[in-house]
Amino acid sequence: MEKYNLVIVGGGPAGLAAAISAYDKGERNMIILEREPKLGGILNQCIHNGFGLHTFNEELTGPEYAQRYIDEVKKRNIKYLLNTTVINVSDKKEIKALSEDGLLNIEAKAIILSCGCRERPRGGINIAGARCAGIYSAGTAQKLVNIEGYMPGKEVVILGSGDIGLIMARRMIFEGAKVKAVVELMPYSSGLNRNIVQCLNDFNIPLMFSHTVVDIKGKKRVESVVIAEVDERLNPKMETCQEIKCDTLLLSVGLLPENELARGASVDLSRITRGAIVDDQLMTSIPGIFECGNVLHVHDLVDYVSEEAKEAGEKAYEYIYSSKDESYEKTLIKTENGVRYTVPELIIKNDDYNPLTLKLRVGNVYKKVKLEVSCDGDVIYSRMRPVVAPGEMEKIDLKSEQVEKLRKATEIKVYLRSQE
Amino acid sequence: MFDVLIIGSGIIGTTIARELSKYNANILVLEKENDVSCGTTKANSGIVHAGFDAVPGTLKAKFNVLGAKMFPELAKELEFPYKKNGAFVLSFTKEGLSNLEKLLERGKTNGVENLSIITGDEVRSIEPNVSTEVEYALYAKDSGIVSPYEMCIAFAENAVTNGVKFEFLKKVTNIIKNNDYLTVECEDGSKYDSKVVINCAGVYSDEINNYVSKEKYKITARKGEYCLLDKEFSYITKTTLFQLPTKMGKGILVAPSTHSNILVGPTALDIQDKDDTDTSYFGLKEAWDKALLTVPTLPKGGIITQFSGLRPHLDTDDYVIEFSKDVKGLYNCIGIESPGLASSPAIAIYVANEIKDYLNLSKKDNFISHRYAIKAIRNMNDAELIAAINENKDYGHVVCRCEVVSEAEIREAIRRNPGAKDLDGVKRRVRAGMGRCQMGFCTPKIMQILHEELNIPLEEITKKGDGSNLLEGRIKE
Repeated sequence: MEKYNLVIVGGGPAGLAAAISAYDKGERNMIILEREPKLGGILNQCIHNGFGLHTFNEELTGPEYAQRYIDEVKKRNIKYLLNTTVINVSDKKEIKALSEDGLLNIEAKAIILSCGCRERPRGGINIAGARCAGIYSAGTAQKLVNIEGYMPGKEVVILGSGDIGLIMARRMIFEGAKVKAVVELMPYSSGLNRNIVQCLNDFNIPLMFSHTVVDIKGKKRVESVVIAEVDERLNPKMETCQEIKCDTLLLSVGLLPENELARGASVDLSRITRGAIVDDQLMTSIPGIFECGNVLHVHDLVDYVSEEAKEAGEKAYEYIYSSKDESYEKTLIKTENGVRYTVPELIIKNDDYNPLTLKLRVGNVYKKVKLEVSCDGDVIYSRMRPVVAPGEMEKIDLKSEQVEKLRKATEIKVYLRSQE
Repeated sequence: MFDVLIIGSGIIGTTIARELSKYNANILVLEKENDVSCGTTKANSGIVHAGFDAVPGTLKAKFNVLGAKMFPELAKELEFPYKKNGAFVLSFTKEGLSNLEKLLERGKTNGVENLSIITGDEVRSIEPNVSTEVEYALYAKDSGIVSPYEMCIAFAENAVTNGVKFEFLKKVTNIIKNNDYLTVECEDGSKYDSKVVINCAGVYSDEINNYVSKEKYKITARKGEYCLLDKEFSYITKTTLFQLPTKMGKGILVAPSTHSNILVGPTALDIQDKDDTDTSYFGLKEAWDKALLTVPTLPKGGIITQFSGLRPHLDTDDYVIEFSKDVKGLYNCIGIESPGLASSPAIAIYVANEIKDYLNLSKKDNFISHRYAIKAIRNMNDAELIAAINENKDYGHVVCRCEVVSEAEIREAIRRNPGAKDLDGVKRRVRAGMGRCQMGFCTPKIMQILHEELNIPLEEITKKGDGSNLLEGRIKE
């Protein structure tokens, strides 16, 4: 059994940033375990630009953004293993990983899970029809095109207006394919507005809101899809069916945190984010196991992933070297009136009044609302938002005096207040 | 000249092939698809029915009860996933008790053991997620589950080991009578002469017979649609949950698979096109809504895939397993629908006996009865993992993260005989792509391995045979 103070599971943007910050705090006894043959995670296939505007004040491609962190990791000589898949994490913080060199059993003082998310498959949204070739999640298509150099098809319909779907619409056009439509179940997009403008509008690709795919036709390969409008309860109106000829259906219908390792370690998971329930130290219900990045909750910008991971690295460091064993009481943040979740979900009742950021997502598009935080009924934070949407993560930056109130409260609520 | 030519390599064709491979005979299996287990066998509930449902005196009843009892032994011998998990037939009304008693009696008449009637509370003490509406249930402790395609592959591999020849992409288009043999013609122009032809063609078994026999059959393809839940929800039930058949039709089951997924379905709809295995919006909705009666808390978000399969249904509601009355050397297995999977090993023994007598075959003395499954890293302990990776480093490379499948397993699935030729073939053999991401991550990796092993260009890699190509071509240079 090998021993490390800190083991970081996943060498994508979250794992890299967490490793760097733990190192800079002073940790030297750590390792990053990465299943792919290179560091950088999903960024490696995101060759479009737009990454790093917040972090570096410039527009980078995914691989460029990743490389900046990989360079920092290498500069610090932080140990990492590639082609190494963690197959189990226990609640005793024992890790089992496989590589071509054999089986690796590691005992860790702290673990940061930064293993990202996966795409929701066709089955997850119950699309009926043929089970033929030509149906890909947008990320799989992205990998085939950007990494393998192959086109998955030439006449494409995209279901879901998540960011990868939008990016892939443009990508397929660049490579000579026709993108016939992007079909979105909801009356709004779950992707970033800038992607709708740059990837669809600029190429005259129709974006059909409140529509879904009700049938896929084709014996061996997709020949067409049937789409229909949906009612307010999202049930398709069959009388509105129309058939679109295509050979490929790309799905961009949501990302799901990959929490199978966390589940194996008996970490409490949120039913809303499907990531771990963490406190304001980003620590899960198992002391010493931390989460950050898309395994915790799906982010829309990698810059925010890096920011959150930096914090996780620091908190894990503090955990490893803190002598105090006491466990504090924690207050659960209640979300109401349009707020789906917050990260963190638990606030520790201690006297650390350093500034704190709450991240959240809303469940619908709301205009002219105030985003508020109340402690035992007193509003401690209120900010006007002209528009909030499910596709864009909101952040609440709390100052020391607000954090003090938060930590002392017995009831914390985060909600939207209508201004109409 | 072959002694025996088997048309179809579903569970009936492969179990018969393997049983006949115990004898000195020249045996050929013709399959229209590119792999075994591509029809009814790959898409069904995977239930080894105990045998209380079939009408006493029918072939269904006889072979079901005999066959089900053979599974524990066969699963060990051929190393395929099987589990005796028990089944409940649930009644949602007090009045349903008399129907359960009828089923119990029927079961006893058929020779089924370990049947009892229990109350709803007793059901829920075993399976707490079962609806509080359930009043009574028939409990069949000997009911089992099997991975039907893995079972079929196991039989096929063992048949090959014992000398049976398989030919794929051979769609039979005609059978011609000769004096003491039959000639089977295929779509590609090839012809095969054989003393005996066994018709195991599933939904097409009527057509095969009708090519040559005056006694005509008509198979109706009866579609059943299913939803499959992620392993995360395996807690929902360990026991197979049937609903008592009502006027509304045969109920929908909620059952575990041998790999801990939860299966919901099937619907039942008679259709015209025997190749139509599409799912439908209304079919999936019906399966789901009816399953909610059994388990009201079924999580819709837990569904990872849907599929449908076709039952080869005969109006007589029983199997035809016999020599053709007018065509010498033609042996028919027609209408083998549920409980066909449970019946298959017993049918195989019965058929092999008839053929042996007809051709006067002698037993082989070098029959190899054991077939080894592909070693799966997800089932290995630390010592086994270390040894496996030591022997072959590909065991240390996890290709499918959801089901934890190594590169070594995928390569072996392709190298075996009959081996995987496409993504679905790999999936059925070693489960790569069967998990929660449904091949989202591993598609390009498995394609690469198929490309290396089969030595064909990536553009020619398919999902499920000719025409289901995954790639259009290279990107612009």
